[in-house]
Amino acid sequence: MSTITKVEKGLGVAVETVEQKDYSILNLGPTHPATHGIFQNVLTMDGEIIVDAKPTIGYIHRAFEKLSERRPYNQITPITDRLNYCSSPINNMGWHMTVERLIGCEVPKRAQYLRVIIMELSRIADHIVCDTVIAVDTGAMTGFLYLFQWREKIYEIFEEVCGARLTTNIGRIGGMDRDLNEKAWAKLHAFLAEFPKALSEFQSLVERNRIFMDRTVNCGPISAEMALAYSFTGPNLRAAGVDYDVRVMNPYSSYQDFDFNVPVGTSGDTYDRFMVRMAEMWESMKIIQQAIKNMPDGPIHADVPEFFLPAKEDVYSKMEALIYHFKIVMGETDVPKGEVYHCVEGGNGELGYYLISDGGRTPYRLHMRRPCFIYYQAYPEMIKGAMLSDAILTMSSMNVIAGELDA
Amino acid sequence: MHHSQHINAGEKAVALHDKVQALLVSNLGSALLRSQIDYDFPVFVVDKQRIIECLRLLKEDTSTRFTFLTTLCGAHFPEAGDSEFMLMYQLHNMHTNERIRIKTFMSEKDIEVPTATELWAGANWMEREAFDFYGFRFKGHPDLRRILNMDEMDYHPMRKQYALEDGSRDDKKDLYFGR
Repeated sequence: MSTITKVEKGLGVAVETVEQKDYSILNLGPTHPATHGIFQNVLTMDGEIIVDAKPTIGYIHRAFEKLSERRPYNQITPITDRLNYCSSPINNMGWHMTVERLIGCEVPKRAQYLRVIIMELSRIADHIVCDTVIAVDTGAMTGFLYLFQWREKIYEIFEEVCGARLTTNIGRIGGMDRDLNEKAWAKLHAFLAEFPKALSEFQSLVERNRIFMDRTVNCGPISAEMALAYSFTGPNLRAAGVDYDVRVMNPYSSYQDFDFNVPVGTSGDTYDRFMVRMAEMWESMKIIQQAIKNMPDGPIHADVPEFFLPAKEDVYSKMEALIYHFKIVMGETDVPKGEVYHCVEGGNGELGYYLISDGGRTPYRLHMRRPCFIYYQAYPEMIKGAMLSDAILTMSSMNVIAGELDA
Repeated sequence: MHHSQHINAGEKAVALHDKVQALLVSNLGSALLRSQIDYDFPVFVVDKQRIIECLRLLKEDTSTRFTFLTTLCGAHFPEAGDSEFMLMYQLHNMHTNERIRIKTFMSEKDIEVPTATELWAGANWMEREAFDFYGFRFKGHPDLRRILNMDEMDYHPMRKQYALEDGSRDDKKDLYFGR
């Protein structure tokens, strides 16, 4: 039982009335199978209607920003893996590009195109997770199992390129650590040939499905004004109708060379968020195809020996390579003083790194602008007045990833 | 009169810097302490007392319209004496694609700063994070609690005096790691 004091303005005079109502408190999380991550929400419920929600976050806070102040630049890349772990390569590349901007390093065109391929593959992997999970939360298990194996195929490509699947640590400051090998190209071509069929099949299962639409249309909507006030970015902002995409507005890694559309929604509800991600997967496919078609020849990394590990055989035979190897491994590389901000279009929106360098071996301060952390605060507002089942759906459609949320 | 110093500044960044500088000088006068361009980013340092007035002006003035708060964070410079704590706001005008950074400095004794939640709803958690990490007291904030660390924590861990590793461990000395 809780007491709500209401102030009613009648006849120009404020009258305080006390309304007694039976509200129940529902503790959703921190470990709840339907939240897909460790989030706690204490919900005040009027029957099945949500009156208020109090989110608690920080369950997997690992002090990334503090850790970064103690680590050399190349050792921060594995930390970025663990932000949005559904699309680690985008975080890795964003970090490399931040350091490259600080040290004034121009990455060769081939490396930029390779990065684009990797980043767009991870965007597809990220959106597969989000969109299929929305389907699961509406009860459509089949589509989830069917499409999820394609995320697996993407991970297999990553494995060929960097040896890891989830926390990739892919690429290096200055470019890529290695080119795609024969197997990787073969897997990539197989993926491009077969994935569209699976994606359109999944799309046809849910897109105009009566049950799916009944559940998602008008569920957890947010207006464009409100989304901007809450500093939304990425698919969630675009679903509300704002065509802001970092790849288009501040092109990095040669995105200006590619022809693709920025899908937008109108109502910012769960259905629009789902559809925007769906359309973005098709756009990512287009980008990858263009990157393969126009792939330039040339080196895969810039000439920055103080950041890029020399080849092993050189380390054993050349004095200079040995020195650079030692300096990188021991973290003895000095960088210029200054402040840079670099942002990339992550799976969830604008992922930005704000780096203050005092010239030392580690950042003096590194702030990560995590899109999830910023937009999740609008969640209570978005689910007020909704049913509990809609709240679950709204959360999965926002794609809140605990790693990015808690950093 | 404040001074400006530019590092790696492109033509566009200089034009934006000069435009915003003129607006701030005519409206805030000496409260604009200094400005510079750092890696193509115009940066303005503003007196803490007038920070919200400054942000509101940049948000609402038709010539700037920095309506989007990209991010907000703190930093600690223990050697800087009275201005050891820095608070940074990064603004974005999505129509013209212009970005600027506003900074304000303060001492540990005077770490209270007005909240920006009245301008942007999204400043709420960003300010809670800055409070959690550095201890900024945001005056007028609707719910100023820790956000990532536990409520029982009795210090602000991002301050530079708190070493990362446990001081009681003697197997983790810098010299063993070549530091």
